[in-house]
Amino acid sequence: MKLKTILMAGAMSIAATGAWADCAFENYVPLKSLSAGFEAWKAVTDAMAECGNFSASLDQEFREKQPEAFAADPALYQIGGVSNATLVPLLNAGTIRPLDDLVEKYGQDLLPNQLIKVDGKTMAIAMMVNAQHLMYRDDVLAELGIEEPKTYDDVLAAAAKIKEAGVMDYPIGGTFKTGWNLGQEFVNMYLGEGGSFFGDGNMPAINNEQGVAALETLKAMTEYMDPEYLVSDSTYVQQQFQQGKIAMANLWASRAAAMNDEAESQVVGKVTMAAAPMGSAAPATTIWWDGIVLASNMSDEEADAAFRVALEGMDSEMVSANNDVAVWLSPAYSAGALAAGAAASAEAGAKAYPASGPMGIMHTALGNGLADYLTGAKDAQTTLADIEADYITAAKEAGLISN
Amino acid sequence: MNYRTFAAFVGPSVFMMLLFIAFPLISVFKQSFYVTQPIYETVEKETCTPGFLTQTCVTEMVSQPKLDEHGEVITQTQYVGLQSYRNVLEPERAWRAISDGSWHVLSTINFWKALRFTLTFTLITLPLVVGCGLGIAILINNAARSIRGPVIFVSLLPFIITPVIGVLSINWLFRGDGILTAMMEWWLNRDIALFAQAWTIELLMMLYRVWHVAPFAAIVFYAGLQTVNQDSLESAVIDGATRWQRLKYIVIPHLMPLIIFVSMIHLMDSYRVFEEIVGFSSQGYVISLQWLTFDYLTPDQAGNRSISRASANSMLTMIGVVILLILPLRRTWRDHKGGH
Repeated sequence: MKLKTILMAGAMSIAATGAWADCAFENYVPLKSLSAGFEAWKAVTDAMAECGNFSASLDQEFREKQPEAFAADPALYQIGGVSNATLVPLLNAGTIRPLDDLVEKYGQDLLPNQLIKVDGKTMAIAMMVNAQHLMYRDDVLAELGIEEPKTYDDVLAAAAKIKEAGVMDYPIGGTFKTGWNLGQEFVNMYLGEGGSFFGDGNMPAINNEQGVAALETLKAMTEYMDPEYLVSDSTYVQQQFQQGKIAMANLWASRAAAMNDEAESQVVGKVTMAAAPMGSAAPATTIWWDGIVLASNMSDEEADAAFRVALEGMDSEMVSANNDVAVWLSPAYSAGALAAGAAASAEAGAKAYPASGPMGIMHTALGNGLADYLTGAKDAQTTLADIEADYITAAKEAGLISN
Repeated sequence: MNYRTFAAFVGPSVFMMLLFIAFPLISVFKQSFYVTQPIYETVEKETCTPGFLTQTCVTEMVSQPKLDEHGEVITQTQYVGLQSYRNVLEPERAWRAISDGSWHVLSTINFWKALRFTLTFTLITLPLVVGCGLGIAILINNAARSIRGPVIFVSLLPFIITPVIGVLSINWLFRGDGILTAMMEWWLNRDIALFAQAWTIELLMMLYRVWHVAPFAAIVFYAGLQTVNQDSLESAVIDGATRWQRLKYIVIPHLMPLIIFVSMIHLMDSYRVFEEIVGFSSQGYVISLQWLTFDYLTPDQAGNRSISRASANSMLTMIGVVILLILPLRRTWRDHKGGH
């Protein structure tokens, strides 16, 4: 009896301290979400939690858990956070529901831009976009009289000048960590050169001039990078920037705010966000989006509640409170200097990341195979041929290429 | 002990071993000969993604798995024989590399690259672990009784630390401008990048493994040292044997079964080297067989995994362990037979 009283009192006090303070309605349906764990997701799920009866899992391993959790009946999570790449397995397995009726009912405030449509059906609601773009140290470049680099030739020339002037040993930073990061760097460069990844029947098509050109640019950059580049991920590059060790990097827009974080950064206000350097065809970057999906395996009432809670999570209040955390897709978002790089890249014609089943395998094969070229173990053509062979083996096993 | 009592005692553990060791092993063995894959169809799809002001919509041909009436992905399982093993071993490429005498090319093929590192790692750390273990054991044994407890505790510490944490701390000490690298740079007055080439990473890995495992060897040897025949030692002293001679002719032969035991455990453990690769994120330079299995099992962004190749690779890893263990096992078996 006593325990029950205490629990009741606890519950009441949580309710009284305004758990539902900023939510337009009170949610009585128990809801759970599973998403990636970066800053923007924290802001969004915190805002969702204001509606009550909601718990969020922010999990770096969400990619592995989501397909299984959504395939369960009833689904283990009602709301999922995805990006354009992680949407693919859910879409393929048919475990997420079309949202058109819900959008019609509640989505008056959504921008048409936010509706992710597959075959005419709205399958996800995007909340933010992300892209890698050039960040550079304004003060360092200005002092040496270097203009804003527009292409990778400019970047390399600027790096050579900075090194020569003895300002920094390694002026360029890069997310070259073997695996996903390094694969992504190649994808950026290759799309910038105007290459396409696949031919007919999902056969790989990267062993060509554009592929070699992309590799050569990557290698040229490594000469101005800290020799331990094969272990450097986004966080490491961000820290190198913050500690004033590098002057230029093609880094994620979602990391831009960290440059001006006075608690961590020694270069507050000195980093300029610019468009991603141009390849010969397009900016060498890809546009990503993050957003929410709803599971198929739940009742329509639950879906109704889940959708309203999700919208509450990405409403204008949340966006204005966390304006600099991401490049939000919302009428309330005021694009500041930190978003300039992503916006400029998109304007210059940057492509969306070409997410698909085969691309997932290709990205992994690239991530594992590229290091051999950068360390000098293989030449460019052999590297690309080996990556293609690796891809074909895996794609055959996955059933994407018929034998 | 009559049969019923014996069965009642042994039964549960036999059951557990079947359930948790034998059955998974059989299932992995079977999986390595089959491939399960969804059936794909190619359809034209229009996908819209957000741009900055407008949406960008593209229509393209995409492969998507067929779903049955319950909305489940239709899969088919096919017997592929040794194909998965061939995919892992890449025998044609490996053979071409060997017949060209090009060691360099062979070491760029994943499996052989991993095997090369796994074997070097195992065989180099083995004598070091046994040697250091013996050294620490003798040190403890010679320490005054009053400080023996603390000495044992301190020397056991590395073994208690969770492997991943241990690896990460070594990583952070040496990576980039980590404390120890910075110190070495100051001392040698030159720039040092320990994570920029394979051999330094391998060296750090071995260093870590020896640091981590030697205490285990030490504690086993220390126990063995307590049973050394004191009379033989005393008579050796009287005969004028030096410390080294006593160690070589009395202590080590006495500890031999324990040395073989520790070696076997170490061979098994270090052939499955994994934490070091992940903790040092050394995939670009150095990979191990166990890591390769892990890599095959990790789904990519689109959710594809290579279960069959992972199974084949883990069977190959197991075969490797068995081959490595044959030598010490044969010796024990001979000793055992001779003893009767």
